[in-house]
Amino acid sequence: MSDPDLKKTPLYDVHVAAGARMVPFAGYSMPVQYKDGVLKEHLWTREHAGLFDVSHMGQARIRGENPARSFEKLVSADYQGLKPGKQRYAVLLNGQGGVIDDLMTARPDDDGLFVVVNGACKDNDYAIIAKALEGEATVERLENRALLALQGPEAAAVLAAHVPEVASMVFMDTAALTAFGVDAIISRSGYTGEDGYEISVPAADATRIWNTLLEDERVKPIGLGARDSLRLEAGLPLYGHDMDETVSPIEAGMNFAIGKSRREAGDYLGVERISRELAGELKRVRVNLRVLEGAPAREGAEIADETGAVVGVVTSGGFGPSVGGAIAIGFAPPALSAIGTKLKVIVRGKPQAAEVVASPFVPNRYVRKL
Amino acid sequence: MRFTKDHEWVAVEGDVATVGITAYAAEQLGDVVFVEVPEVGKTVKQGDGLAVVESVKAASDVYAPVSGEVVEANAALGDAPETVNATPETGGWFAKLKLSNPSEVEALMDRDAYEAFLSTL
Repeated sequence: MSDPDLKKTPLYDVHVAAGARMVPFAGYSMPVQYKDGVLKEHLWTREHAGLFDVSHMGQARIRGENPARSFEKLVSADYQGLKPGKQRYAVLLNGQGGVIDDLMTARPDDDGLFVVVNGACKDNDYAIIAKALEGEATVERLENRALLALQGPEAAAVLAAHVPEVASMVFMDTAALTAFGVDAIISRSGYTGEDGYEISVPAADATRIWNTLLEDERVKPIGLGARDSLRLEAGLPLYGHDMDETVSPIEAGMNFAIGKSRREAGDYLGVERISRELAGELKRVRVNLRVLEGAPAREGAEIADETGAVVGVVTSGGFGPSVGGAIAIGFAPPALSAIGTKLKVIVRGKPQAAEVVASPFVPNRYVRKL
Repeated sequence: MRFTKDHEWVAVEGDVATVGITAYAAEQLGDVVFVEVPEVGKTVKQGDGLAVVESVKAASDVYAPVSGEVVEANAALGDAPETVNATPETGGWFAKLKLSNPSEVEALMDRDAYEAFLSTL
């Protein structure tokens, strides 16, 4: 059934034809799973290559005399130091050091910055960016582009068969090039903990390229359900769950999002709070938990210490198919955040044993050098 | 076997009803990774939460299709929650209830009525 209030990505008809279960997500009708189901799709991506439609995400160009310097007013990263052909993670900050969104910015070519933001946040993000940069830089939303992600240990071999240039890229490299006969922007990155690529192409060519990639027997379409379990196992926070306007990037364990030059200059929004937190003054921090007994602890489950006193909350949680058990991301006081700390998660009123473990839950397999 | 609109099934033998979820429900849930079954001795009214089934993505309640006292729970699901997907209408049962109001069973759908209901979804 199609809901007229929901937007469709250029691949909507392809998903429906493939038997996907469509759900509302970020204002779009998106595939949560295909016929294989979340568990098998997750494991396929870890072993082979999974193809994701992430066209709901916002793609934009920021152009101006010095767009990186202008954009730095709003984000945490050192973008003036971002080299051509590279991509870097950042958070869009509010004045209190909370996170408005997290995003990736790249310099694929000489045409300003290429920015990818979360689908659910994009309208708000672009309004904030356009307003703050008025007079010095412009934001052009690339509404006529689709975004595909090809993830997994066989992604590189699959994509290189069509686009040989991608074989020589390393993690976070980004290139504007001709691929599948069209103008593409390809980065070696993703949101699964696996090696892989994110591929921006014209919307009109998305279906052809999607189908071309699926002709390779190493590739299967993967829904948002497995995307979530993959990113959770990879220890990657999800905006709106593990980060929001009240959570700082330091609390969320994303210290690397604050560029070194930015820390030295102290010239980012929320610097008062964030510099204090960087110096160790923190009330709560992100913890990764392995749930040792009972049911999976999901978003909203309370975290308690060994005496049963509530000390925090789970912000993402579920079953990790590759871990083979229940895992969660949540927040707890720093004194209870060391690896090995025994905690409880409270599920349907019952305290269950849990333990703080290292992030990521499964080793990531980014290709950092060739 | 009788069925509810929430996709539970009930099989009655004497005054004991075995309860599970239908093949349709199991397919909709996807791969079951955890099942919470009720404790023996618990008393439930029709429509109360009886069990919880969890897929990778979500937790779903299973409601008591009839009122009664739990006399047995399917402990085997602890180690093998996937049984709910493999054999939802046999080995994947959740609990056996001693009926407190047997007339509730008669009011549930028979298989033909349930199949007709499914065709409307």
